[in-house]
Amino acid sequence: MDSTPATAQIIENKGSDTLVNLALAWAEAYMGLHPEVSISVTGGGSGTGIAAMINGTVDIANASREMKAEEIAASQANGITPVEHTVAQDAIAVVVNPNNPVNKLTLQQISDIYMGRITNWREVGGFNRPIVLLSRESNSGTYVYFLENVVRLGQDNDWLFSPDTLLMPSSEGISAEVRQNPNAIGYDGLGYVTSDQQVVAVAQDRNSPYVLPGVDTVNNGSYPISRPLYMYTAGQPTGDIKEYLDWILGDGQTLVTTLGFVPLQ
Amino acid sequence: MSGNRQNGSGHSSEFVVESTIRVLGLSTIGLGLLIFVFLLREGLPVLAEVPLTNFLDVRWYPTFGLFGILPLLLGSALVTVTAIAISLPLGVATAVFVREVAPNWAREILKPLIEVLAGIPSVVLGFFGMSLVAPLVRETLGAPTGLTALTGALVLAYMALPTIISVAEDALDSVPKGYRDGGLAMGATQWQTIWRVVVPAARSGIVTAGMLGIGRAIGETMAVMMVTGNAARMPLELDAILRPVRTVTATIAAEMGEVASGSAHYHALFALGIVLFLITFLINLTAARAIFAKRRRGGLR
Repeated sequence: MDSTPATAQIIENKGSDTLVNLALAWAEAYMGLHPEVSISVTGGGSGTGIAAMINGTVDIANASREMKAEEIAASQANGITPVEHTVAQDAIAVVVNPNNPVNKLTLQQISDIYMGRITNWREVGGFNRPIVLLSRESNSGTYVYFLENVVRLGQDNDWLFSPDTLLMPSSEGISAEVRQNPNAIGYDGLGYVTSDQQVVAVAQDRNSPYVLPGVDTVNNGSYPISRPLYMYTAGQPTGDIKEYLDWILGDGQTLVTTLGFVPLQ
Repeated sequence: MSGNRQNGSGHSSEFVVESTIRVLGLSTIGLGLLIFVFLLREGLPVLAEVPLTNFLDVRWYPTFGLFGILPLLLGSALVTVTAIAISLPLGVATAVFVREVAPNWAREILKPLIEVLAGIPSVVLGFFGMSLVAPLVRETLGAPTGLTALTGALVLAYMALPTIISVAEDALDSVPKGYRDGGLAMGATQWQTIWRVVVPAARSGIVTAGMLGIGRAIGETMAVMMVTGNAARMPLELDAILRPVRTVTATIAAEMGEVASGSAHYHALFALGIVLFLITFLINLTAARAIFAKRRRGGLR
C-alpha cells in the first residue's frame, strides 16, 4: 500500500496531418525522457482534432490553422474554453538552380508559373529558357498548402497546378533536380532546403518588399508563404499536459528543424 | 513379402508427394484468383463513386476529385513501347552474339553475367537513371528536364534486357543444328545463315521474349517513379518522349501510402491496379499462346 500503483499518464493528441510527424517526433522524444507518460498521436486533419478536443476525447488538438468562430462557439457551448499554443512555424521556400539569375518573385508570378501561364524564365527576368515545375506529391500537406495559398493566391477558386508539373516522391527528388537543372523551380518546407539550392525572395505583391525566408522573417510574419502551427487544449493545461507543452516550447524546438519546419526562436 | 511392402509404401509416398505438389500448384493459382477478387472488391466501388466520364478523362488530380486515367495509361504505354523498341533489337542481337558468334569460353562468362544484370535492384537503377541518365538526356537532347519518358524508357530497356536475352537465347538454342549445317552447306555465310535461317526459325521464341520484356517493363515501379518526372500530362505531342509522364505503377506507389482507406481515391487506385492486372494478363496470355502455337507446330523450341 505504501507504493502508489504507477498508473501511466496517457495524453491523447490528434489532428493536423501537416503536424502529425512533428507531433510524433515530440511524443517519442518526450516519452524517452519521461517513461511514466504515454502519448498517443493520430492524424486525421485539423478539423478532426479540434472536434475531438471539443468532445473531450483528446487532450491536445493539433491544427495547421486557427480555430474557426463556430468551433470556438461549439466548444464554449460544451463548457470548454479552448486555449491556443503556437508550437512551430511552417514556411515554404521557393527554390531555383544556383545559376538562375531570378532570385525574387511575387506571389502572383509564382502562381502564374505554377499554373502554366508563364512558361519561360525570360518573362520574369531570367534567361530565355523553359520553366520546369517541380512539386511534392499530391498527398503531401505541403502540396495542399502551396496550392491554396500560392497557386490560388488564398482565394476561393478552383485553380490547379499545371498538368506539366513534375510530382516528386521526396524532398530529395526536388533538391536533386533543382541542383542539376538550370530550368527548374521547386518548393518545399524551409527545413528541407539545402545550401546548394537558391532560395527565392518572395513579395506579397509588386509594391511589397521581397523577403527571404528565415527564422526571423517567418516569426515576424513578413515572409508571405508561412503559417503558425497550433496545439489547442481544453482550458489552461495542467499537470502532465502542461509539462509536455512547456517542453515542446522549450527543448522540443530543437526537433522542429529536422522535420522541415521553422522553430519559434 | 518385404518386396511387396516396399512397393506398397513406395506407392503411398508417391501419392503423398503427388497430392502435396498438386495442392501447392493449385494454391498458387488460387492465390492469384484471390488477389484478383481482392482487387475487384477494392476497385469496383469507384464505378459508383466516380462517373465513368470522369474516369476516362484527361485530368488526374485525385486530391480534387478528378480521376482521369487516360494520361496514366498513355504514359505507361509510351514508356513501355519505347523501352521495348530499344531493348528488343539489342537483346536479340546480344542473344545471337552469345549463342551463335561468341567462342565457347566467352559464352561461359557472358551468360552468368547477363543473369547477374537481372538481379540489380530497381531502386539502384532508378538512382543511376536519376543522377546520370537524366542529366545526359537534358544536355544532349535539349529537353527542358532530364526526367522524361525517354529516361524512363532507357532505364526500363536496361531492366528488360536480361529477360529478353535469356529467352531469345533459349529460342536460338533450340534451333536444330541441322538448320545451321544446311544453311552453311548451301554456301551461305555465317551471317546469312544466322539472319535468314536461325533467327526466323526461332521467331516465336523471340516474340515471347519481347512479350515477357513488355510484361517486365510495364509493371516496373520504383525506377520509373524516380526518373519519369511523374507529371500526369497527355503525352500527345511529337516531342512527348522528351517530356515527363506519369505511369500507372508510379501513381499507385506514390499515392497508396497516404490515401484514406475506403475513399474514392483509394478505390480509384485499386481500379488502376485492375487495369494494370488485365493488361499484364493479356500480355502473358499472348506470350503463352505464342509458346503453345510453337509446340503445336511440333517443330522448334
